[in-house]
Amino acid sequence: MLAYIIRRVFILIPTLLGVSLIVFFMLRLTPGDPAELMLGERATEESLHEVREHLGLNEPLHVQYGMFMKRLMKGDLGETIFTRQKVWTEIKHRFPATLELSVCALFISCFVGIILGIVSATKQYSVFDYLSMLGALTGVSMPIFWLGLVLMLIFSVNLGWLPISGRLSVLIDLEVVTNFYVLDSIITKNWVALKDSIWHLIMPAVTLSTIPTAIIARMTRSSMLEVLKQDYIKTAMAKGLSKFKVVYKHALRNALIPVVTTIGLQFGVLLCGAILTETIFAWPGVGKWMYEAVMQRDYMVIQGGTLVIATIFIVINLFVDLLYAIINPKISIK
Amino acid sequence: MKKIGILLTLLMFLFSGSVFAAPKAGGTFVFGRGGDSVGLDPAYETDGNSFMVCDNIFEALVFYKDESTALEPGLAESWEIAADGLTYTFHLRKGVKFHDGTPFNANAVVFSIGRMMKETNVKFIGKGYDIPKQDRTPEYWASMEMDGTIGSIEAIDDYSVVFKLKRVEAPFLANMGMDFADIISPTAFLSNPKEFLRKPVGTGPFKFVSWVKDDKIVLEKFNDYWDKKGGPYFDKVIFRAIPENSVRFLELKTGSINVCQFPNPADIPLAKKDKNLQLISQPGMNVGYLSFNFTKEPWKSNLHLRKAVAHALNRKAIVDNIYQGMGQVANNPIPPTMWGYNKNVPGFAFDVELAKQELEKAGFKDGKGLGEITLWSMPVPRPYNPEGLKVGVAMVSNLAKIGIQARIVSYDWGTYLKKQREQPDDMDMFQLGWTGDNGDPDNFLAVLFDGLASPSIRTQWHNAEYHDLMIKGKTTIDQAERTKIYERALQVIFDEVGTIPIAHSTVIWPSTKNVMNFKLHPTGSVRLKNVSFK
Repeated sequence: MLAYIIRRVFILIPTLLGVSLIVFFMLRLTPGDPAELMLGERATEESLHEVREHLGLNEPLHVQYGMFMKRLMKGDLGETIFTRQKVWTEIKHRFPATLELSVCALFISCFVGIILGIVSATKQYSVFDYLSMLGALTGVSMPIFWLGLVLMLIFSVNLGWLPISGRLSVLIDLEVVTNFYVLDSIITKNWVALKDSIWHLIMPAVTLSTIPTAIIARMTRSSMLEVLKQDYIKTAMAKGLSKFKVVYKHALRNALIPVVTTIGLQFGVLLCGAILTETIFAWPGVGKWMYEAVMQRDYMVIQGGTLVIATIFIVINLFVDLLYAIINPKISIK
Repeated sequence: MKKIGILLTLLMFLFSGSVFAAPKAGGTFVFGRGGDSVGLDPAYETDGNSFMVCDNIFEALVFYKDESTALEPGLAESWEIAADGLTYTFHLRKGVKFHDGTPFNANAVVFSIGRMMKETNVKFIGKGYDIPKQDRTPEYWASMEMDGTIGSIEAIDDYSVVFKLKRVEAPFLANMGMDFADIISPTAFLSNPKEFLRKPVGTGPFKFVSWVKDDKIVLEKFNDYWDKKGGPYFDKVIFRAIPENSVRFLELKTGSINVCQFPNPADIPLAKKDKNLQLISQPGMNVGYLSFNFTKEPWKSNLHLRKAVAHALNRKAIVDNIYQGMGQVANNPIPPTMWGYNKNVPGFAFDVELAKQELEKAGFKDGKGLGEITLWSMPVPRPYNPEGLKVGVAMVSNLAKIGIQARIVSYDWGTYLKKQREQPDDMDMFQLGWTGDNGDPDNFLAVLFDGLASPSIRTQWHNAEYHDLMIKGKTTIDQAERTKIYERALQVIFDEVGTIPIAHSTVIWPSTKNVMNFKLHPTGSVRLKNVSFK
């Protein structure tokens, strides 16, 4: 297994090189540039030339790429064009917000999705089965934008139970240690902030979890149905084992294998930034930041952010593959 | 006796505060805006979200009056302009401190403005400061060509600064009231130049406390602020970034924020009906316009064709339906609140018959022979135009009624700006607009329409009389004379259809009812010194 891990880590390097090349050149071939967007209607040829000079955009492309790679070798993702902050610092600042939201959303999706999938599979063609799959279809089809606003109207405006947006009430001061607000509240024993940060998490996490819940539920159901048809399951039932033991001890373990892949990929998608959810709920995470960087052509953010996201995806994929082997020792890692 | 008693009671009632609410000191004011600031160094920022925070941390030598672009003393108590218009002497206010406790003085002015110069031709009193080399372009300074205007800046004593200009520049004083000319603490800047944009220090009524990126900026009252009259009242001011317009409005309805910047137009009637909200409005110092590609025929020479287009457009319908009433039809390419506005210019009447006659005179009866033309429209909402594409569609439909076939062309915003400036052959007409910087007509009329001044002017209309008027306007100091110059320029641009002004938008921001004295400024600045809760 160690050799496998080392091999996968080495493959990371040419993969990321390819990603950097594609992103770098695609960005510069795309019309519009950060200088134009910075100056807007005020842009003149002279002022544009000056700004581009300062940003190094007047250099030939291969020189710009060389400069970027040279910095990257030193672990430097460069500075954002608009805020002049280190890209890595900006990612580090925003990533905990996205991670906190994603973990919460993933937890909800796994809990609800797996249970729904198992029950649907064991009660195939029942009313529960039809309703839960209809719910899954609705979850996948529902515009997140719409769902978020509806939840706000019901739970915040009409019922007044939950705050509308943001991570924490503006009037609450929280000492930031890790930038995971729930964790920081516990570390600093700020129980007011703990309740407030959890309350702020609920709606965006539920909104964000709808699509993954639907996907996980459907995948679990399909996988369970497949496994429940196997001969060894029929044998176990024939031997008189309880349905609970058959399903949860024997069937689930094998049924979870494709579900684990799905969960891993969904986690990767969530971590890469839930742009719509973050925008609606004014959640200061990576997704919204990357979207704004694309609109503003902040090349350094897009390049650096894409490399980080690609790395996360690759690492998650590796982790999922390793988990395969742990769940089912019959699968060998080669 | 009884009558006196009633009179006294009435007087007490009137002044008790139940009719005239008094400003209440204290409280936390939360401003909900659509995005976060980019940075807080006023010399280097270009976006409104950065400037609105800078407006409260920093101050300039001159201030714009409330709801007007007329000037009044700011950090300079008074000033003199030499007869030749090339020397400005500012006498500074004494006893003003920066938020870090260091004194405001002539050296601070020389440093703050001098650091933007390409060649720092400055003179301090005494030891002064070493101005560090620029690591990026101060964009506003560059786009307003200040290096071509200011020759040198000298401190002649602790509270007097002299600016020597290279050329007469009538808008110079107004420019000194803009955000880029704000005075910063040299000590704070020099202690960490790279971090100053995240840890700003000025002389303003509020000082910087903290910034959670993409979330909130917190300011608190500066207790040593030099002007104790009329505020600052709030203990804290928080600028919250809430990108989605509907969500921002919901936050306002629940009272979590006190002002909602740029709500959806559809939410304005809801705010009107809500007893807990009030509307604050101000005609924007802006114009949305439709211009021609004057680098090619037939637009360059065919005045009748341009008139035909102008009279075909139903601009009132555009304002009513697309601006949703939040605007007014523009008769001049500068808003009516600005000096220099020409009331005698009637604007282009919506007259389909007249438009058809002009089209016939142009040699394209019923549009025959013209072919399909392109009408470039921007894809993003702008302060002067809420929905460029919809306005474009409305215009296409108007033109079709007189026989002109047009199609919409659009690109993403950055590309749109870049391509439009290149005056491509496939561009016939284009929509754009402008928000004024300093309330000076030169800032609109020369920057936007004097094609003879530079090939990078977006409307390449070449008119010798107009060009002469623009030069005269810049080099004449007397305001009354300048007013006549710009009124004449507005007549010329109307007669020759150098552009078709569409609308001036009205800015309407709802706020909670307990907010007092919040005024919208034509320049878009958000100054909170005099604002309070009831």
